[in-house]
Amino acid sequence: MRFAAILLLALTVTAAHAQDSDSEKEIERYRAMINDPMANPGYLAVDRGEQIWAEKRGSKAASLEGCDLGVGPGVLEGAFAHLPRYFADADQVMDLEQRLLFCMKTVQGLDTKPILTNRFSAPGKASDMEDLVAFIANKSNGMKLQAPLEHPKEKAAYAVGEAMFYRRSAVNDFACATCHGDDGKRIRLQGLPNFSKPNSGAQETMGSWPTYRVSQSALRTMQHRLWDCYRQMRMPVPVYGSEGLTALTVYLAQVGGNAVINVPSIKR
Amino acid sequence: MRILFLLLLAFPAMAQTPEVERVVAATFADAPEAWKSRVTQDETQALCSLRRNEPTKAEAMAIEAREKATVKIPAEIAGSWKKGEDIAQNGRGNQFSDPAGTVAGGNCYACHQMAPAELSYGTLGPSLMHYGKLKDFAPAAAREAYGKVYNAQSVTACSTMPRFGHNGVLSEQQIKDVVAYLFDPASPVNAPVK
Ligand code: HEC
Ligand code: HEC
Repeated sequence: MRFAAILLLALTVTAAHAQDSDSEKEIERYRAMINDPMANPGYLAVDRGEQIWAEKRGSKAASLEGCDLGVGPGVLEGAFAHLPRYFADADQVMDLEQRLLFCMKTVQGLDTKPILTNRFSAPGKASDMEDLVAFIANKSNGMKLQAPLEHPKEKAAYAVGEAMFYRRSAVNDFACATCHGDDGKRIRLQGLPNFSKPNSGAQETMGSWPTYRVSQSALRTMQHRLWDCYRQMRMPVPVYGSEGLTALTVYLAQVGGNAVINVPSIKR
Repeated sequence: MRILFLLLLAFPAMAQTPEVERVVAATFADAPEAWKSRVTQDETQALCSLRRNEPTKAEAMAIEAREKATVKIPAEIAGSWKKGEDIAQNGRGNQFSDPAGTVAGGNCYACHQMAPAELSYGTLGPSLMHYGKLKDFAPAAAREAYGKVYNAQSVTACSTMPRFGHNGVLSEQQIKDVVAYLFDPASPVNAPVK
């Protein structure tokens, strides 16, 4: 509890609000914990994900080890660093979550309905998707995020993602750019990274998802972050694993390109 | 043909729009009937998106004229600054996580500094601290503020501020209350900085 409270403070309070030296020290201590696998609850998801990856499931009684995440069947190292990308077998650009759903169906013959129902974990109810993403993304730690932008469908997805970033709609007339279009802005006390051009803030973001969100006591993936931002935009619930969310992620992976991946991180 | 060509010249990005709209529609394909209208854009949203909020002068004038036509400014603006403060602080409403029937707030503090004592404010909009006082509490300025909150783009085309009245987020009375929060001499917005 104390951990959560201090961390929330550390991650919410901006430089504009001076801290006394005691809490500065506390904040430093908890910053150090972020990089400590023993202290970051996100690593529980990594461990669970490792088991799910190797578990034989579905009508084909196969594990996901036959799944090609873009760098060869079963290869995990560096896969996340090159996603989203175009996959010829699906003739589609896919992010990690879409790709996993595809492999569950094709490699395992698994019914993905219950997986989708549980796409976001809740207290006492783990999410296979969150756990798998934590495990797989972690295998790209220390590498640079370099999502390819060569195939025509990757370029098309980027163009759609960029347009969606600036697209205003719903009762508040919000676009992503309303909140993430400039440097140094905040909403209430929460700092807002600028995603309108490549910059270090966008890199910090893209190198730090999936993340353990202290305010939700859960590991969350980019699909959840975008769900949360569309909620703030007063839009309807976006379809999980949809083409549009992948397009936005393709766009974000470029403005945050070359970010050094260090996940799961820990955030407010 | 010629007209189409000229149109394409005037809206170079228009060509890409149908593909974007197809993807957006698919992304929100599960929206309940009552939410479907949020997915499509009105004319102003579409043009501001295309122009990334930087319309040409002529476009800006057209937008402001169109949006101004939606605004009816009451002759007298009587409201309660206390209620206005609640509305300015309240960020609930219209989100898919809100229980049905939630009355929406204006969430002005998300973007604006207002009362000097409130430190938790965002910076997406200009500071409104001492707003009424700086305008000499003039009733005409209060009426202008009502028009601004009712429809921000009746004053500034492609403003990033929501069109609270026009889009039905805030009622007339709620807007009167936030204007009172800005203009009442007794409102904390106009209190001296401690
Ligand atoms: C109404 C404001 C608002 C809108 C509109 C909005 N966001 Fe956000 N976004 C936020 C807030 C607030 C946060 C959380 C910041 C924090 O927790 O410190 C956030 C966080 C994020 C993050 C994670 C940042 C990080 O460093 O972890 C990403 C990525 C993101 N938004 C992308 C988007 C995209 C893409 C869209 C449009 C689909 C969008 N946002 C629309 C307010 C918004
Ligand atoms: C998403 C951000 C956002 C929100 C929420 C928001 N505003 Fe604004 N507001 C702005 C921006 C940006 C401007 C400056 C550009 C403009 O004038 O349109 C502005 C301008 C204004 C102005 C004109 C200031 C001047 O120059 O005289 C007033 C008055 C105002 N807002 C009041 C409000 C009130 C009251 C609310 C809540 C009911 C509110 N705003 C909510 C972003 C916002």
